[in-house]
Amino acid sequence: MFIELGHFALILAFMVALFQAVVPMVGAARGMPGLMAVARPAALAQFGLTAISFAALTYAFVTSDFSVSLVVANSHTAKPMLYKIAGVWGNHEGSLLLWVLILTLFGAVAALFGDNLPPRLKARVLSVQAAIGAAFFAFILFTSNPFLRLGVVPFDGEDLNPLLQDPGLAFHPPFLYLGYVGLSMAFSFAVAALIEGRVDAAWGRWVRPWTLAAWMFLTIGIAMGSWWAYYELGWGGFWFWDPVENASFMPWLIAAALLHSAIVVEKREALKSWTILLAILAFGFSLIGTFIVRSGVLTSVHAFASDPARGVFILAILAAFVGGAFLLFALRAGRLEAKGVFGLVSRETGLVLNNLLLTVSAFIVFVGTIWPLVSDVVVERTVSVGPPFFDATFTPFALVLAAVLPIGAMLPWKRAVLGRAMRALMPAAILGLSVLLLTWVVFTGHTAIGPLAMGLGAWLVAGAATDLLSRTGRGPVSGRFARLGRLPGADWGKALAHAGFGITLFGIAGLTSWQVEDIRVARPGETYAVGAYDIELLDVGRDDGPNYQAVRADVRVSRDGQEVAVLSPERRFYPVAGMPTTEAAIRSGAVRDLYVVVGDPQDDGAGWTLRVWIKPFANWIWGGALVMAAGALVSLRDRRYRVAAGTARVPTVPAE
Amino acid sequence: MKRALAVLLALWLALPAFAVQPDEVLDDPELETRAREISRGLRCPVCQNETIDESNADLARDLRLLVRERLLAGDSDDEVVAYVVDRYGEFVLLMPRASGANWVPILAPVVLVLVGGGVAAAFVRRQSRQPAAPDPGLTEEERARIAELTRGDGDANPGRD
Repeated sequence: MFIELGHFALILAFMVALFQAVVPMVGAARGMPGLMAVARPAALAQFGLTAISFAALTYAFVTSDFSVSLVVANSHTAKPMLYKIAGVWGNHEGSLLLWVLILTLFGAVAALFGDNLPPRLKARVLSVQAAIGAAFFAFILFTSNPFLRLGVVPFDGEDLNPLLQDPGLAFHPPFLYLGYVGLSMAFSFAVAALIEGRVDAAWGRWVRPWTLAAWMFLTIGIAMGSWWAYYELGWGGFWFWDPVENASFMPWLIAAALLHSAIVVEKREALKSWTILLAILAFGFSLIGTFIVRSGVLTSVHAFASDPARGVFILAILAAFVGGAFLLFALRAGRLEAKGVFGLVSRETGLVLNNLLLTVSAFIVFVGTIWPLVSDVVVERTVSVGPPFFDATFTPFALVLAAVLPIGAMLPWKRAVLGRAMRALMPAAILGLSVLLLTWVVFTGHTAIGPLAMGLGAWLVAGAATDLLSRTGRGPVSGRFARLGRLPGADWGKALAHAGFGITLFGIAGLTSWQVEDIRVARPGETYAVGAYDIELLDVGRDDGPNYQAVRADVRVSRDGQEVAVLSPERRFYPVAGMPTTEAAIRSGAVRDLYVVVGDPQDDGAGWTLRVWIKPFANWIWGGALVMAAGALVSLRDRRYRVAAGTARVPTVPAE
Repeated sequence: MKRALAVLLALWLALPAFAVQPDEVLDDPELETRAREISRGLRCPVCQNETIDESNADLARDLRLLVRERLLAGDSDDEVVAYVVDRYGEFVLLMPRASGANWVPILAPVVLVLVGGGVAAAFVRRQSRQPAAPDPGLTEEERARIAELTRGDGDANPGRD
């Protein structure tokens, strides 16, 4: 009964979305406030109905209602409760329902708190947002209905893919979706502005919080996925340049570019049409990502249930929205004239360079990702494009960006003197160079990129600190430090995000350049050295869990005779899904991770394959990503945006 | 304990082997390093986008052994790769070969940088020379709103009546 209610609510939400996509738009075109005003209740109703629908599906999963075919395919009575709930979106149909839930949530938030927007713009934004919603409601209802029932109800379910039964993965998709959907908001603003034919500083200020939030969620979502791969896949890889990873990385890069160009619109009223284009591209890449993931046209380690019909549907959505937006752009972009004039050396130029690097690198990832498909279809040549290609083509962009970022961030608007910024950054440059030389000397390695990237990481962090300190003005140092706490959130956010990039770069360089690996047959009681550590396999035995069987090895790791840790890696077997998994045992540390994996028994059980890695600075990769996300959060908390978004209205005192 | 272990071993034999096995590792560390390096550039033909270095598939193991066999026979890195490609096709190469249509992805970064950089440079130059555009002024709506705001009744919401 509840299931049918959810199904019905979803259909109603689809109808409301169609209504909201048309009526306020007509109202805005004709100047009829009554028609424009329906956007608000409609957006709220859409969210309410979708929430009912989502609750119904969650209820089916929690109560293991095996009359619903989706629950049968993805759940099991013995599964822990957390994964029963996460199982709602651990599959294609349910994840799309989560997609529209977040989409309608954002629409409702914009409707509730967007009172400061001009009513016409607000009506158009909500209309475009509802059109996107309608397309996805149709997609769910016609190709991926989560509420289908089974005639014959089975005794138990088929369980969720064991790899997905992990806390990290339970929250990885929702964060990515929050990001993708946040970008749909920027898209709606862009299209509304094109229809309006007007982009100004206020528009830049309205779009930025949405982009910031989207970028923050994408950062967290991507970092979570990467961290999950690191500890779950059993050998500590953190990024594979897999099509599905790239699908989330491209919107992230474009969103980062958009974030910066919207600042130029907001502060200087320049780069208007470019910013609009980026907003369209950012959402376009999100849709391309959805297409890649859901259609299965590209082979990926993320083997989701894929279906060509679904792919065609998403392609149609993509063509309609992005194609339509581009057409509108071609017709209207000429009207958006730039006002701000700036010199050759200025913050604006720095941000243009930032946009160039981020956008070009996003397109390179795009070309590499779809090339196998294009090559196969167009010239009938089956090729692969993998990590060696992306490492070689993407790395230079990341390094150049890291090298110029602190300088560009310090330049003043309009007209700058390069020498002044460089002088202020001298200590940071010296620090970066020392780190480079130090790592070069200490790790006489085979790679020059490692020390270079580590030096650049230090330069970025120190550069961000210099930037922050420079905002406190002149005077005695103590006074400047006291003023640090009173700087606006945007300044802190900027410094944190830039420093986070440096930390991540430092971690990636450290891990990829100097990790130590050892693979061997270990016998219980035997001790051997890996790097600076001594490894001893203590014992191997059974250790079953609620829905799996497992073998656990206990491994003692010591250094200079002192025990550092006893690590217990496992190999598990999930009988329902018929799938084995490896559970690595990791001792995380500030400067290195110890990573141990147990493999197969050797020589009739006398020994076991043991893999040991020492991974320097591994945690810095995700730590840096968290610092970046924290930067976005701090920036979002800047009072100026809240005032602009109308969430915290300060009572206006009339000027005397 | 003994029996539990026996059950365990039986269970284990049914499971696929996991990535590089100790018995595959070459005695010569220099050759082994080269083998790993080559393995990371080769795709496992039967897997979902994994290199032979990280894959658990039997075919990936065969290929890892093949790579090491060729290295022991004295092949150079390029010869080993060519040997594998001759037998399994170009599909196994994770770095596309620079030939024919493959020039598109290989040259794309250079072309994108040149075109994008050119456009950006032209834009910045033009900007820096242009005199400031005249302010287009306020729209009717904005004027109305300012009038409303300065009237001092505190309601900042035109159009919500």
